[in-house]
Amino acid sequence: MDSRKDYRAPLSQQPLTIEKPTDLTAIGGTITVEINEKKVVVPLGTTILDACKMAGISIPTLCHHEDLCIAGVCRICVVEVEGMRTLQASCAFPITAPIKIKTSTSMVRKARRHIIDLMLSEHYGECYSCVRNGNCELQTLAKEYGVDNYTFGHVEKPRYEVDRSSYSVIRDMSKCILCKRCVRTCIDLQEVGVLESIGRGDATHISTFLEKPLSDVICINCGQCINRCPTAALRANDPSDEIWRAIDDPKKHVVIQTAPSPRAAICEEFGMEAGTSLTQELNTALKRIGFDKVFDTNFTADLTIIEEGTELVIRLYKALVGKDASVSLPQFTSCSPGWVKYLEHYYPEYLDNLSSAKSPQQMFGSLIKTFYAEKNGVDPADIVSVALMPCSAKKFECNRPEMVDSGYKDVDYGLTTREMAKMIKEAGINLPEMPKSHFDNPFGEASGAGLIFGATGGVMEAAIRTIVEFITGAKAEDVFANANVLDVRGFEGIKYMEIPLGDTFGPVPGLISHLVPNWDWLKGATLKVAVAHGTANAKKVMDDIKAGGKFSECHFIEFMACPGGCLGGGGQPIPTTPEIREKRAKAIYAEDESLELRKSHENPNVIKLYEEFLTEGPCSHLSHKLLHTHYLKRGKYII
Amino acid sequence: MVKTKREGSVIFSEYKRGEAIKAALEKKREDILLELRESKVKGRGGAGFPTATKWMVVAASTAEIKYVICNADEGEPGTFKDRVLLVDYPELVFDGMVVAGYTIGASRGIVYLRGEYEYIRKPLEDYLESMRKDNLLGKNILGKEGFDFDISIRMGSGAYVCGEETALIESLEGNRGEARNKPPYPVNTGFFGRPTVVNNVETLAAVSHIVVKGGDWFRQHGTDKSTGSKLFSISGDCELPGVYELPWGTKLSELLTLVGAKNTKAIQVGGASGICLNKTQFDRTLAYEDAATGGSIMIFNGSRNMVHILKNFMEFFVEESCGQCTPCRIGNVKLLEGVKMIESGEYTFDYIEKLMELGRTMQVSSKCGLGQSSPNPFISILENFKDEIFNGNGGYNG
Repeated sequence: MDSRKDYRAPLSQQPLTIEKPTDLTAIGGTITVEINEKKVVVPLGTTILDACKMAGISIPTLCHHEDLCIAGVCRICVVEVEGMRTLQASCAFPITAPIKIKTSTSMVRKARRHIIDLMLSEHYGECYSCVRNGNCELQTLAKEYGVDNYTFGHVEKPRYEVDRSSYSVIRDMSKCILCKRCVRTCIDLQEVGVLESIGRGDATHISTFLEKPLSDVICINCGQCINRCPTAALRANDPSDEIWRAIDDPKKHVVIQTAPSPRAAICEEFGMEAGTSLTQELNTALKRIGFDKVFDTNFTADLTIIEEGTELVIRLYKALVGKDASVSLPQFTSCSPGWVKYLEHYYPEYLDNLSSAKSPQQMFGSLIKTFYAEKNGVDPADIVSVALMPCSAKKFECNRPEMVDSGYKDVDYGLTTREMAKMIKEAGINLPEMPKSHFDNPFGEASGAGLIFGATGGVMEAAIRTIVEFITGAKAEDVFANANVLDVRGFEGIKYMEIPLGDTFGPVPGLISHLVPNWDWLKGATLKVAVAHGTANAKKVMDDIKAGGKFSECHFIEFMACPGGCLGGGGQPIPTTPEIREKRAKAIYAEDESLELRKSHENPNVIKLYEEFLTEGPCSHLSHKLLHTHYLKRGKYII
Repeated sequence: MVKTKREGSVIFSEYKRGEAIKAALEKKREDILLELRESKVKGRGGAGFPTATKWMVVAASTAEIKYVICNADEGEPGTFKDRVLLVDYPELVFDGMVVAGYTIGASRGIVYLRGEYEYIRKPLEDYLESMRKDNLLGKNILGKEGFDFDISIRMGSGAYVCGEETALIESLEGNRGEARNKPPYPVNTGFFGRPTVVNNVETLAAVSHIVVKGGDWFRQHGTDKSTGSKLFSISGDCELPGVYELPWGTKLSELLTLVGAKNTKAIQVGGASGICLNKTQFDRTLAYEDAATGGSIMIFNGSRNMVHILKNFMEFFVEESCGQCTPCRIGNVKLLEGVKMIESGEYTFDYIEKLMELGRTMQVSSKCGLGQSSPNPFISILENFKDEIFNGNGGYNG
């Protein structure tokens, strides 16, 4: 668990706050407990579950999740504690005395089996027709405990209608086992609070405000609930059938752009250790599946940096030189569609702060059906544009009604990492064994700056590399060792950085020289930036801005809806834990470091695009038409 | 309201309003705790936790804010003695709360009143107002410098589970009424995370007497392990149902005579979540160490069908389970299904035996007292009345 103290979850679900002793050798710092007659020394306040882990004893869990607060509701993890009449939920029991624990007595085994039997009696559906077949925690437990019949029967009809209203998340409550991970994810991890249990006793179920469909409540589509659901009660809206149909249609020109995060995670779907990048293997696999072109979303990530960076320069220039009070600062990033919708619902009064630049996915979408179509003589009407994303909210984003600037639906389908893995397997391809190949041109080459968009702080680091070079004229490598901006990296919830710009400036780069005459107006200025990931952290920053605190004086803030950034997205392989996310991040940063090209503005394809197509430069008329968008004041009340 | 004169050696014994507060304020806090320990008084709600221990933990806490909560959610089917206390003897309950506040160092007391008791809220509010006028509540109570204490009343909303102390606290905090994980217990992390004493209405009433008359006097009543006397809510097939104060250790058979019960077949001791005893068990005594109860006694005569009784109880639990933990939420449904099978005659002994096993699992694996006790009637009725229920089928040996 992180160190957040102001949980929104009810007290019952919060971890017991016992100060963990720093000095374990001090008296009272540790406790010796007996687990299955083996002595184990644990720090005071350790849960029985963690103590068992330390002793190498495995305890089954369902409602417990490393990212979430305690629930203690599924009861599968019960153990015997000597002297206590009842069994204790090991996930929720903090050790504060030298207790004796037994983890596999007849009472414990019977109880666990009963609990699994009870869950199965109400869990509707058959494993072979389920999206989580082979990756379902209930299924795994049933196997582990040797369930070979439905002791207490099995529900034959669905109890609830499947909610397919959302572009991103499908809710099938007949498969729900009420572990409440989704509830805790939504209200406590993300502080959105769309889901809650309603009803009592047998009628208890997880639902939304007034039992409205998911599309009609303030769900931000982040899909974090999907990543933490032990069964398939929550799943992403899968477009793979439509994509297969397009691939099978010889008239259709099917192109796919792949985001950085899926490449660093898709290995997990093929049984490999988290943190193995399969970028080039994936390119080959996609070609073999039948995609006509495979493009790199990092290209438009680079483009985003130019557009968003230019927008920032314009805002700063207007505010500082033009003394234009109507300019909204700090500027917020707009790459994360979950974050964008969160802001639209929760802080609609701050929409002007949001960069008008589209996300890399949507920039790519409009370029494919305009620039690319024109250049390659393809009728945009025949192009089917697919985006491989680590994200469930991208499915919603590509369906936003305004995302049709090319004259067509800019991106036809958002596909998650999980769904992509499924398609690859369906095509009989073993991804890790694929030969390597490159992305296709004209968007084939991208910088490491675009790549690190996948990790929290990545957009900011990419922007800093470019902005610092633009303004100071110095090389990013000379300002930051190896061009790594370490202050914005890492999994701390909110990161803050000040960059003094000094008073020696370079010339204004040609690309934006028509927008600002020189940099003298920035003499002695300090660029203040911040990074927040997970909407719970975003909320903290926003509330601080509202209260006129430190973050209101920032110039640029990166927000990502998901914990860890895109690499922890709602479309990524299940399970997700802090450890897995760290490994994915390592893979992304390692790949960045291995590249020659690590700065967005040095991307030759981006430069060419401005020379050939967007000839009026960034934030110009055409760029605004294709690469920028507007937002909706949604608020919290949806009629 | 007309005040009925009731008879009893402890709770219904002579008491004047404010007496306990006066007596307490003359004592040191430690001495009150010792007196309570002497009395060996245990919680009257049903669980029977030693009151002195509970208070000592909170009294020892250095927290600035502490709370006293009076659990007046009285939701156990067949119990109504708390209502009688609140209506006819509010001084006992409220004085007990003030004493608790003084002893543990709390300045705020809350009465969590059962939703259905809305009609007694107004008289209770009026009573609290009169206590304020007499400086039995408010600032510097009875001139005791620095001792401030006040009581407010909050209404429950009809959920049975909110009688469970941590669910009650969740409900008070404005959340869904669901039991918390324990530990930590309310004495450490209670209302809004503060150390909190949660006592049953009757426990607080008993405390008022103990503070005035002493632990020795209290201990003279009842048995060794169950000191004092108990209020019993007696209902069902008898001539004189009502609230009775009887010393712990009273035999069930004596009780039956007292209330004029004839042709009694079964006694449900402890409400729906209690155990059901048959004729051969009527010589058992009412005590924490024998047939324990929070006060509810239901009497059933020969005309009653035990399966119907059980079905009624199980329907109650299926509906009243808060729904958070698996054993209670689904387990009760399965037990009820089993009862319906028995009712229709379509069952196998094998399956009923499986349900008995399930019941035993629920007793040890449910998160709170609700699910831990809801299988009690299922297990005890099927065990104690198997001849009648399985009607000579002979095969059932549960």
